[in-house]
Amino acid sequence: MRRLILQGLTRKPLTEARPAADDPELLALSARLDAAAKKRLGRSLSIREVDAGSCNGCELEIHALQNAFYDLERFGLRFVASPRHADVLFVTGPVTKNMREALERTYTATPSPKWVVAVGDCALDGGMFAGSYAVVGGVSAVVPVDLHIKGCPPKPIALLKGLLALMENPIAK
Amino acid sequence: MNAFDTLLANGLAVAEHRPWPRAIVDEDAWRSATAALREGVLSLLGLWGEHDAVHMAVYDTQTRGAAVLTLPCPNGAFPSVALSHPPAIRLERTIADLFGFVPLDAPDSRPWLDHGRWDVRHPLGATSPETTHAPYAFLANEGEALHQIPVGPVHAGIIEPGHFRFTANGEIVVRLEERLGYVHKGIEGLMCGADIARGAKLAGRTSGDSTVAYTIAFARAVEAATQSEAPARAHYLRALMAEIERLANHLGDVGAICNDASFAIMHAHCSVLRERVLRAADLCFGHRLMRDCVVPGGVTVDLDATGANALRELIKDVRHQFPQLVSLYDQTASLQDRTVTTGTLKPELARQFGAGGYVGRASGRDFDARRAFAYPPYDVLTFDVPVLQEGDVNARVWIRIREIEQSLSLIEQILATLPSGSTQTDIPLRAGEGVALVEAFRGDVLVWLRLDESGRIARCHLRDASWFQWPLLEGVIEGNIVADFPLCNKSFNCSYSGHDL
Repeated sequence: MRRLILQGLTRKPLTEARPAADDPELLALSARLDAAAKKRLGRSLSIREVDAGSCNGCELEIHALQNAFYDLERFGLRFVASPRHADVLFVTGPVTKNMREALERTYTATPSPKWVVAVGDCALDGGMFAGSYAVVGGVSAVVPVDLHIKGCPPKPIALLKGLLALMENPIAK
Repeated sequence: MNAFDTLLANGLAVAEHRPWPRAIVDEDAWRSATAALREGVLSLLGLWGEHDAVHMAVYDTQTRGAAVLTLPCPNGAFPSVALSHPPAIRLERTIADLFGFVPLDAPDSRPWLDHGRWDVRHPLGATSPETTHAPYAFLANEGEALHQIPVGPVHAGIIEPGHFRFTANGEIVVRLEERLGYVHKGIEGLMCGADIARGAKLAGRTSGDSTVAYTIAFARAVEAATQSEAPARAHYLRALMAEIERLANHLGDVGAICNDASFAIMHAHCSVLRERVLRAADLCFGHRLMRDCVVPGGVTVDLDATGANALRELIKDVRHQFPQLVSLYDQTASLQDRTVTTGTLKPELARQFGAGGYVGRASGRDFDARRAFAYPPYDVLTFDVPVLQEGDVNARVWIRIREIEQSLSLIEQILATLPSGSTQTDIPLRAGEGVALVEAFRGDVLVWLRLDESGRIARCHLRDASWFQWPLLEGVIEGNIVADFPLCNKSFNCSYSGHDL
């Protein structure tokens, strides 16, 4: 272990520079800047992830945000274990009917002001699973959505851009 | 003539089913197959319904043969397999939920995937409007000092949803009962009537961490049904992707298991290696998880020289870094204290449930679909199937460590012997039935399908390895402390989405 720690001290960090927002959706988000909300949150956001029927692909990439390359916590962004500690809900999946109530209750348990980010193509409208007897079809059918991040699954860098845009320019609540 | 042949000889053979035989049998033969499962002569590969019948896939460990038995259900009932072979319990509950068939004398008649929220009952069989369901009845636990801990479906970490009901006596878990089905998306319902291209995409979204394995299994089943063959280069590229997928998942999970014992340095280093694997996959195949890269008929992307070089660099890097992490794991007493003798799965249970992947192999079950069915190119590649007897968290970690080494060697072999030529062939639109068993990182994935005359999917069943691993997790936690559940759970790493479909 000593060797690994020493290597870590002498090597250059793996962490990469912060990405710039280049997505029109994210730039539009910037335009809706609300200074009061920004002031209230300071420079930090707590995120609660809710899998509402995803195939687990989105979760794998959300996990990757915490590795040394993306190092989410350097931006003041962290995943928390309870919705009661969260500012943002990260919701994946087409929302299965069996998960609908759990998602609603998680949303209700999150204190205001709160933002919902729908992650992945099926979170938008059900994606490949739209029309099934077992899915509601999209997060916005159950809880209000503030930002949608595309991809199947979105790459970690896309997730990071979305979160940074939200943190710096949260929609007025 | 062994038991297997007798079963098939007494049934009506279905000619269009490939590559394993399928026979339509009567109740007597169904019961003898169930008896053979109970006695351990056969092992259960799958049990699923169709609108007018139930199907059972079985594997003969001695002859390494497999077959599908079909029992018509004109009266909407069939003799329960679970009555004498418990691994079938949840499969039968699912058949009852989706098709409305009654497993006669079944030991557990509670619903499984149907939580009473679909607006429809028996969505794949004779449908009727949903009536209000009674609250789910968890198993009773009696004892003065017992208390219960309900967990989920929304968990504390970034993981899939499911409910765990712990009954504990102080710190000791007396019983764990799982309740799953929260991520049921109705994939098999969506498959009905879909064309092959859409079917492949759905199969690739059954369990995100095994997207390559699922698409290979689906593609092989379609190719069997239509009697077509992917080009040799496509077989090699599929295996290349499958081994990259295995490598990424095993690297991530070895770190995550240690993280559940709060040993964060392993997690940090393993996550870096996993990220390098995914970046190499993205460079080679245009997608980090290699989603939609495998299709019936071949693969959609070819490997160029840049990609091959990136993979060679990756192997060099993992071979340099990983052994240091393995020795760190092996030499940290406080970590070993958490993993050794924790969550022990007895070999007898692993055999009875036909536990696939590292769960089975860490408990003496010497089975790997890549070797048992030797689908190309594994018929010509050289690899070991590591097997241990201890069955604890530590043994499951070691199986994964050994499999990482094997995958690195397989990737090297594939790069060295990759044949040239085309990567895709056309699939004819025709009727047929096909089945395939493919080794995903967590165990064998079964795909069975029937195509109609227009080449569309009439019925497709996907069975994840987790079906036979989830019930065992309930068994291994018994007598362990509550705080060791995350370790046990992560060392199994069962799929919720792959199971819930």
